[in-house]
Amino acid sequence: MTIKQTPLAASHIQANAKMVDFGGWEMPLHYGSQIEEHHAVRQDAGMFDVSHMTIVDVSGEGVDEFLKRLLANNIDRLKSKGKALYTCMLNEQGGVLDDLIVYNLEPEKYRIVFNAATRDKVMDWIHRHKKGFYVSINERDDLTMLAVQGPNARAKVEAALPAAVSTLITDLAPFHSVEVENMFIARTGYTGEDGYELMLPTNKITELWDALAHSGVRPIGLGARDTLRLEAGMNLYGADMNETVNPLESGLGWTISWEPAERNFIGRVALEKKRKDKNRNKLVGLVLETKGVLRNHQKVMLDGQVIGEITSGSFSPTMGLAIALARVPRSVSGMCQVELRGKPVVARIVTPPFVRNGKICVELDHKIKSTTGAEEL
Amino acid sequence: MNNIPSHLKYTDSHEWSELLDDGTVRIGITDHAQGLLGDMVFIELPEVGREVAAAEDCAVVESVKAASDIYSPVSGEIIEINTELEENPELVNQSANQDGWLFLVRPQDISELDKLMDANAYSELLAADE
Repeated sequence: MTIKQTPLAASHIQANAKMVDFGGWEMPLHYGSQIEEHHAVRQDAGMFDVSHMTIVDVSGEGVDEFLKRLLANNIDRLKSKGKALYTCMLNEQGGVLDDLIVYNLEPEKYRIVFNAATRDKVMDWIHRHKKGFYVSINERDDLTMLAVQGPNARAKVEAALPAAVSTLITDLAPFHSVEVENMFIARTGYTGEDGYELMLPTNKITELWDALAHSGVRPIGLGARDTLRLEAGMNLYGADMNETVNPLESGLGWTISWEPAERNFIGRVALEKKRKDKNRNKLVGLVLETKGVLRNHQKVMLDGQVIGEITSGSFSPTMGLAIALARVPRSVSGMCQVELRGKPVVARIVTPPFVRNGKICVELDHKIKSTTGAEEL
Repeated sequence: MNNIPSHLKYTDSHEWSELLDDGTVRIGITDHAQGLLGDMVFIELPEVGREVAAAEDCAVVESVKAASDIYSPVSGEIIEINTELEENPELVNQSANQDGWLFLVRPQDISELDKLMDANAYSELLAADE
């Protein structure tokens, strides 16, 4: 497979990025310190090259019916122009093919944004299931996506854009978007902070990147992107869910639109059955209040028995300790053990998110001596 | 670029050793190793007074990316540890060869240092790995 470069590749190299292969794309892992980048987003503003994400416009007379069949959440919730909706796309077994955001662009026209690594699979799925619906599918490879996140992100983006554009976005509500002068700007993100996701013609991206850098917005790599989204309790496709697990067991039950009962979205029958299953699993948060770092695939145990697995584990720079998402039986709560480097250690089960808008949202039993952030606990 | 001072000795597991004037040996991880591991978050150091053998694992450095065992390059007694790292593990990233040192050993046999790589040999090892 050839490694694809984003339109910002030269900017990353110039900013001393350590580049890695991510789903077939050469992407920045960090620009020196991923922990400093993490703090920059929680405390100020950071920008993420997310041009590897897939942008597809779906339109036509039959598009509403098509998306009601294709997506587990209901686009009827997108009443106003510009509104955004987070949803899963399921297979017939209720397994998650991908998670995505769908934006209402105009009547009978939607934009969906999904993961880079699932691109071929999802496009194939969409084309296979559009039969019988009057829709056209338009992959927007002409657009490039940039996320700018943090408490000062919106002000800095607005200062970097032409005044005519800034005035249109300054009152944008969360999870809403606006299209103006070839630019699509949404108040969405993947960090638990306020900010924008911008899609613009590829030949305009470097200019915006440079303007934001000039106003003090730090470039943020995939390393910090992962710890930010984990603190925010946001799932990562391929780690926290995949085709073999359903949204109910992935902390995403809230994204399923059960009403109206007659809306027959793909995967509904399997999900209805799972919904009645009292023994199903759930996705929970874990906090490790001792030293050590929780990692993906570590075993979760109760009374010496393996009951589940960590789906995403890392160090939380904001909390100064390790956190994780883990899949365990629905009945489990309180304390559990995690096998850490061959030894069982105690972890506490919590409800994500761990951090939102710069604030820690889970209660901690006691202080832990560690790196930055501990004094704020 | 990696910082590989010529007055240090190196192991193929990426520790450095520095023979001090008083005959003790200071040990840390190389600049190359910290770069590979990324931001450090926890450093677990041996107890002062512990006897270690050459190539025995006696510390753990844990970064955002991975946990890594640290092997003492020489045999001897641990006589001091870098307590600064408890609060500031990022010192290992910022100054792997100096302020980010891990522990100090009183060596049993100073000639063990002769078996380690010099800066040239370590540079060649890194070049061969690339």
